[in-house]
Amino acid sequence: MTLLLDIALVAWLLALAVHVAVQQEERSAIIALLAFGLLLGLAWVRLAAPDVALTEIAIGGGGTAVLLLRAEAALRGRDRQEEEMTRAGKLAVAAACAAISAGLGFAVLTLSAPAPTLAPAASEALAQTGLGNPVTAVLLAYRALDTLLEKVVVLLALVGVWSLAPDGLWGGAPDVKPSAVPAPLSYLARVLPPFGVVIGIYMFWVGADAPGGTFQAGTVLAAMWLLMMMAGLTPAPDTARPLLRIALMGGPALFLVIAFLGFVFAGGFLAYPEGFAKPLIVAIEAALTISVAAALAMLVAGPARKAPAR
Amino acid sequence: MADFLVAAALFILAVTAIALFRILNSRIAAERMMAVQLLGSGGGAALLLLGAATESPATSDVALLLALFAAFSCVAFTLGANATPGAQQESSKERP
Amino acid sequence: MSGLGDIVTVVLVTAGALLFLAGTLGLLRFPDTLSRLHAISKADNLGLGLIVIGLLPQAASLTGGLKPICVWLLAQLSAATASQLLARTIYRDPAEP
Repeated sequence: MTLLLDIALVAWLLALAVHVAVQQEERSAIIALLAFGLLLGLAWVRLAAPDVALTEIAIGGGGTAVLLLRAEAALRGRDRQEEEMTRAGKLAVAAACAAISAGLGFAVLTLSAPAPTLAPAASEALAQTGLGNPVTAVLLAYRALDTLLEKVVVLLALVGVWSLAPDGLWGGAPDVKPSAVPAPLSYLARVLPPFGVVIGIYMFWVGADAPGGTFQAGTVLAAMWLLMMMAGLTPAPDTARPLLRIALMGGPALFLVIAFLGFVFAGGFLAYPEGFAKPLIVAIEAALTISVAAALAMLVAGPARKAPAR
Repeated sequence: MADFLVAAALFILAVTAIALFRILNSRIAAERMMAVQLLGSGGGAALLLLGAATESPATSDVALLLALFAAFSCVAFTLGANATPGAQQESSKERP
Repeated sequence: MSGLGDIVTVVLVTAGALLFLAGTLGLLRFPDTLSRLHAISKADNLGLGLIVIGLLPQAASLTGGLKPICVWLLAQLSAATASQLLARTIYRDPAEP
């Protein structure tokens, strides 16, 4: 019975992917992409990867699609000199994508059974970190360097988005609120954020022992903040505002400080001293959640559109 | 019981898939935006059923986020549809 | 007790699934966009509610049972506001009705 479900899910995903690719109108393609992302979350659950499912739904649902939507809306009225890609060009892209998919499929299907995996080793060392969730242990203990670099990359992306503002508006606030705020949106923006914040904090807290973690929690908090900005309940902040910048930098900065202190206390970069691993990890996660939330919200909000308030 | 729950999840997914394709292929732009709401409830139901069938509590967390982000994305889509660039519609103030 | 719980689950989950079917049928058969919106908002959400109640006897713990209820309440809130916003888009009439 579950096999039937899995086959149906795969067929549905393929059909939806084809649908996204053949859409002529951009808005329809973005909506279909959002549907695809949400469905992919279901697929990750079937693959017994709830952490990835949570992130897929959060980023695919609250992040990517909304970002693309705002970009499309910003481009809609403009005069675009667009050269249609040649037939040969499209075929080349299609062939390259097919080759990559086939290669990945081949690689996965020809893995020896049982597939080579470090999961047992990761689970054994779990007791030393004090965590219960092996995914969090990988992200913040075994491969903490990757996580640190990821967060810095997010900040760099944000700087890239901010640099799209005209010179005179640098440091100003982005434009999030529409000209007329519908009453249902106002209502939702007053009622949903308290629950959203609780869900976000819950996601962060439960991440130590069960699926969850910084990225999921950060995206939930970012979505709630964006909702409030969209309804005009809180103004979009000036991008030069010190508090915003401290929030953005706080996570990676704390991470770096603890990383370098590892030299002093534990004999290596990003090494955690005995018995202190869990409190340090939770502290890093807390700071990172705030930074991720601020960064994602500002990424979706976009570049500055108003001059900064002096 | 687990088999029954998985069968129910499959049924709901199938029904939601049919509805989704009818919606996504519609010529009316507003109808296409209903796809997100549809997936929020249909996908959420399927996830809760799967979670109970496989006895993994994390799946209800996934369903929680699905409902939350379906709401958020729907809002974002309808705002984007109504806002025309440069049009300063000073519609009459919404009185609560 | 477990037998009774199982019966309750089967009955309510079946009812919920049938409501989802009804929602899709309404979507396919109703004449205009607003009625189709009704079909997927109301029928699907009621179906979700019945499924949530039906899954309560299967819950392993109190929190395990509370979370699906939270999912349902969240879905209710989101469907209520989203369908209102979608209906406005469908009308797209700036003048007051």
